[in-house]
Amino acid sequence: MTEKIKLYDTSKCTACRGCQLACKQWNGLKARQTEHKGTYQNPPTLGPNTFMLIHFQDYVDSKGNVKWLFCKEACMHCTNAACVTVCPSGALYYNEEFKTVGMDREKCIGCQECVAACPFEIPRYDSKTDKVSKCDMCESRISNGLDPACVKACPTGALKFGDKDKLMKIAEERKKYLGEGASIYGEKFVGGTHFMYVLKEDPAVYEGLKKDPKVPFSLTVWKSWLKPLSLLAAGGVVGGSILHYVLHGPKRPDPEGAAQDEKNQGGA
Amino acid sequence: MKVSRRGFLKISGAVAAASGLGISLKPIAAHAKPLKIKYATETTTVCPYCSVGCSIIVSVRDGKVINTEGDPDSPINRGALCSKGGSIYQMAVNENRLSKPLYRAPFASEWKEVEWEWALDKIAENVKKSRDKSFKKTNAKGQVVNRTEGIASVGSAAMDLEECFTYQKFLRGLGLVYIEHQARI
Amino acid sequence: MTNHWVDLKNSDVLLIMGSNPASNHPISFKWIQEAVDKRGAKIICVDPRYTQSAAKSHLYAPLRSGTDIAFLGGMVKYILEKNLFHLDYVLNYTNASFLVNPDLKLPGDNNGVFSGFADGKYIKDTWSYQTDGEGVIKKDRSLQDPNCVFQLLKKHYSRYTPEIVSRITGTPKDKLLEVYKLYGSTGKPDKAGVELYAMGWTQHTVGVQNIRTMCIIQLLLGNMGIAGGGIAAMRGESNVQGSTDHGLLFHIWPGYLGTPSGSLPTLAAYNEKNTPKTMEKESLNWWKNKPKYVASFLRSMYGESVPLDEAYTLLPKVDDGANYSWLMIFDQMYKEKFTGFFAWGMNPACSGAHSNKVRKALAKLDWMVNVNLFDNETGSFWCGPGMDPKKIKTEVFMLPCASSVEKEGSIANSGRLMQWRYKAISAPGEALPDGDIMSEVFFKVKELYEKKGGPNKEAVTKLTWPYGHKVRGQFHYEPRMVAKEVNGYFLEDKKLENPTKKGEFKEFKKGDLVPTFAWLQDDGSTSSGCWVYCGSVNEKANLAMRRGQADPTGLGLYSEWCWSWPVNRRIIYNGASVDTNGKPWDPSRAVIKWDEEEKKWKGDVPDGAGDPGKGRPPFIMKSDGVASLYGPGLADGPFPEHYEPLECPVEKNLMSPQKNNPAIKRFDKPGVGSDMDVYSGVTSCDPRFPFICATYRVSEHWQTGVLTRWCPWLAEMQPGMFVEMSEELAKEKGISSGDECIVKSARGEVECTAIVTPRFKPFNIDGNTIHEVGIPWHFGWITTKHRLYKKGDKFPEVYTKGDAANLLTSSIGDANTMIPESKAFMVNVVKKGVK
Repeated sequence: MTEKIKLYDTSKCTACRGCQLACKQWNGLKARQTEHKGTYQNPPTLGPNTFMLIHFQDYVDSKGNVKWLFCKEACMHCTNAACVTVCPSGALYYNEEFKTVGMDREKCIGCQECVAACPFEIPRYDSKTDKVSKCDMCESRISNGLDPACVKACPTGALKFGDKDKLMKIAEERKKYLGEGASIYGEKFVGGTHFMYVLKEDPAVYEGLKKDPKVPFSLTVWKSWLKPLSLLAAGGVVGGSILHYVLHGPKRPDPEGAAQDEKNQGGA
Repeated sequence: MKVSRRGFLKISGAVAAASGLGISLKPIAAHAKPLKIKYATETTTVCPYCSVGCSIIVSVRDGKVINTEGDPDSPINRGALCSKGGSIYQMAVNENRLSKPLYRAPFASEWKEVEWEWALDKIAENVKKSRDKSFKKTNAKGQVVNRTEGIASVGSAAMDLEECFTYQKFLRGLGLVYIEHQARI
Repeated sequence: MTNHWVDLKNSDVLLIMGSNPASNHPISFKWIQEAVDKRGAKIICVDPRYTQSAAKSHLYAPLRSGTDIAFLGGMVKYILEKNLFHLDYVLNYTNASFLVNPDLKLPGDNNGVFSGFADGKYIKDTWSYQTDGEGVIKKDRSLQDPNCVFQLLKKHYSRYTPEIVSRITGTPKDKLLEVYKLYGSTGKPDKAGVELYAMGWTQHTVGVQNIRTMCIIQLLLGNMGIAGGGIAAMRGESNVQGSTDHGLLFHIWPGYLGTPSGSLPTLAAYNEKNTPKTMEKESLNWWKNKPKYVASFLRSMYGESVPLDEAYTLLPKVDDGANYSWLMIFDQMYKEKFTGFFAWGMNPACSGAHSNKVRKALAKLDWMVNVNLFDNETGSFWCGPGMDPKKIKTEVFMLPCASSVEKEGSIANSGRLMQWRYKAISAPGEALPDGDIMSEVFFKVKELYEKKGGPNKEAVTKLTWPYGHKVRGQFHYEPRMVAKEVNGYFLEDKKLENPTKKGEFKEFKKGDLVPTFAWLQDDGSTSSGCWVYCGSVNEKANLAMRRGQADPTGLGLYSEWCWSWPVNRRIIYNGASVDTNGKPWDPSRAVIKWDEEEKKWKGDVPDGAGDPGKGRPPFIMKSDGVASLYGPGLADGPFPEHYEPLECPVEKNLMSPQKNNPAIKRFDKPGVGSDMDVYSGVTSCDPRFPFICATYRVSEHWQTGVLTRWCPWLAEMQPGMFVEMSEELAKEKGISSGDECIVKSARGEVECTAIVTPRFKPFNIDGNTIHEVGIPWHFGWITTKHRLYKKGDKFPEVYTKGDAANLLTSSIGDANTMIPESKAFMVNVVKKGVK
């Protein structure tokens, strides 16, 4: 088995949002009450029931050309994943086969360490269930030989899933084809991500992208002495809670998580 | 078409081999997470929304839809679906669907749930009354026109071909000339 | 579509104009992207707004809504002037060489109208062709005669200079020329260009002529009938192709047979009047077979026990020249001409132009039957905004029906592809398939007529209905039986000569399915519900169920995947993809190829192609065998001419003194329409409504949103009405993105959230700054939060905001089709609370 990545080519994305819907459908994620805020982008951010999102962005380049940029946001599946490092309960883990970052929600204790640690601000906490959620690259699908739901839905090939070597080659070709200003995003941080982008514009242009994703200081603290402490506690549950208190104080309700989920219906 | 679980994978695999899109049928790793559609019955359908005609596989277990996703066999969409096509699950599994005939009496402020038989009888009587009252054997020029002028119909591109044919038969049999649908708007 | 979805991959240049496929037909981009990736194809997008499709285009050009003919007329001129046209194709496959009546006057010489205009319509005597003594059309194959179509075309569009086009459309001149040059490059025999349109072209007072202009361009460039070419009419609904094929329209019976009028008292008179004749020697004139299709249709209605003449008489007739179309229905309803109404699988309270009039009209009925999956603004109109239920007499039946996964049957997509759908689950509660419901209503009505009698009662009682079985007292409609009826079968044993092979005979037994429409008969010995579907079902299978993957040409025809009408042909007019000797214009993209050894065509099912070199012109559905650069059949002129939308922001048509399409039906004229039919800015600009507005769709909703607003995932992504406007206009009006606004027309107003965006830019129209805004039309009050919820009402999981865009649109229609002009009307936009 080989390392796999998901590749997203912004130049091919039409923002039909088949991926965003497929993610909800496959993962049985509820819809929330949204408001129109003057953009097509909705929900406005990721949330406990929104693992991925297409960003819509009006952009006028230096030559005055109007553009409409679409950009997908979802878990980056880092090689050196801060969330896995900090997770005291084993809820977050590496898929050994594909090197993606899986998530076992049963094991999540709601400590939110991952929320604080993730350099891409991906994991979202839901106060109602006291759990965190994020994209697991459709682990049940990929381990059964299927593409992730978002990738399967994509009509244009903007999203692809496959062997890292093969897709990196495609990414390089696309970058070359798109010419000046195009780049590959994701290979240079956190040991390389397993969700990578071909960007048509300069990375700095995309509002939804982290320019310089860094692992926060707390993670260093965690790694050096706090995590061993947590392992002493049974199942990590107590340890995680104590540590959360030590590091961040009492748990705070998640405003977005609380606002949604009032009366929603999920998928299968 | 009923597609068994094996069938689905076969279909999917064949397509992946042919086109390199979507799904591949790799040996399943021993530690693989269980797939929720594993023991489902699968049928194919075509998206009811736009006119591209994308195929969709509907997975059903215990009489309930548990998953809908693109049909990789379709040469049109090869498994892909847009947001509307992806949402078919919620058309089928939706507590807000109408599930009983509703009747609103003249000047009433509420709906009343009624039995089909009662509603159908009343509709038939209305049809006959309106038809008989407005039927024109001949027009102003004395030409035979045999038409019902007092009933109109709109609909529907949302029906199947067979229903469209049957519906126009019903309407023309009644003598309607005011027959229109979505194609004119 | 002349071609089909997968065929988009074979194109070199794709012109997206009058549509936004990235948003509204998203999977089309699978094949558009493939054309870009594999062929290096170029995408052109022409739209008033920078859309999702524009975002994927190589070349974007803005144009003011309603000025497409000016834009494209300029392209015709460019193509002719720069000699970019495909001469062999134009000469042999179009009417370019036909000589027209020298009395014809073109708008440029006749105050903006063609000759023959009087009292709001055209008398077309001067539009005719010159013929010889035998009635054969005179031609000049040198294309030099000043009265030949080619020269007339040249003359007519010589007025469409880039300068004047730019002043009308607001498209910068350099962008115009860029588009003309790029699209004009497909005139070479080895290049293919396709045009993709949708309601952005049809919903205009010049809708048909918008499309005609593009047809002229495609014919000049030799793009019709070839792979990667054609005109892609992207239809708005999954089965609107099929519902049109099956004649759910006032003017046609199934299979595009014109509805008979009272002036044709007998079947013979109907056939005589409606069957085209030609004196062109090589022309096949396929419609000469019409009497066979009519007879077979009559049989499918009344069976063999009713003589054909009697069946013809039983069926309703229209009055000559009368119009019974959509706008007329609601006009007549408003005037209390109807007592009963079926709104079956439709939501006209939101989808009908001038919805306020529609909603008021519904209150004037005695009864209405509304069949749908969800509560909707039509069925519940009586408790909608501004309605007082206590004053509304209309009795309403809202009947629950099965969704597409809860029954079986087929639908036809834009590519005329008939695909079967299977039943996955049962409908919720007591909901029934539409077929069951209409059968039950029919049986009840029939029973009443059998018992009590009534006028022309045999029309009802003699209808055949072999469409299912009764199980425990309840009728189960069986679509597979209907599919056979639509295909057609023999009503008696018959030995027939093979229509395509002289001397070969075939015997059929009573009850045998008819193999193709070529075998249908005019003597009543065959029945077929819709001749274009003949061949879809055979003794072995319903071909719409096929799942074959073979693609031997590599062009993506997939001829064994389901079945497309006619006769499983995937690219119609493909006889024009080869030259007069039968050689493909582009061998690398050969749709059909002549096999010398087997003496037959290979590839797609050939269309109109005779044996190579035999001189048969390939457009066999035209009586003269060639495609029409010159189209004298339309109501508003043989060549498209630019006219302003009825509601527009300019004082004058810069092209001529005739401001609007002269042949449209004006509902604000005495004796037509009603007090509610008001327009703004018709005679001169109306300062109350200074901005152009167009309606459109988003990916996440469908039509009035009658299904999708009830789908929480979709409502979450697009939760309500918005109005898109330029930064310049927003500044002028003090509006920011996210502000609540009121968009108002002469007919109504809707609340919208502002999207302020550089994707809309003000137009420079002849030196004036003109703003355009846009609104989606998927919303309605029934799924809003702050309406009155009665006992038993359903609460949406995710509420949406705002009411129907059609509250603003006008009751003015295209001169030929009467499709309302929803893509260009005048509005004002103000921030909510600001006067």
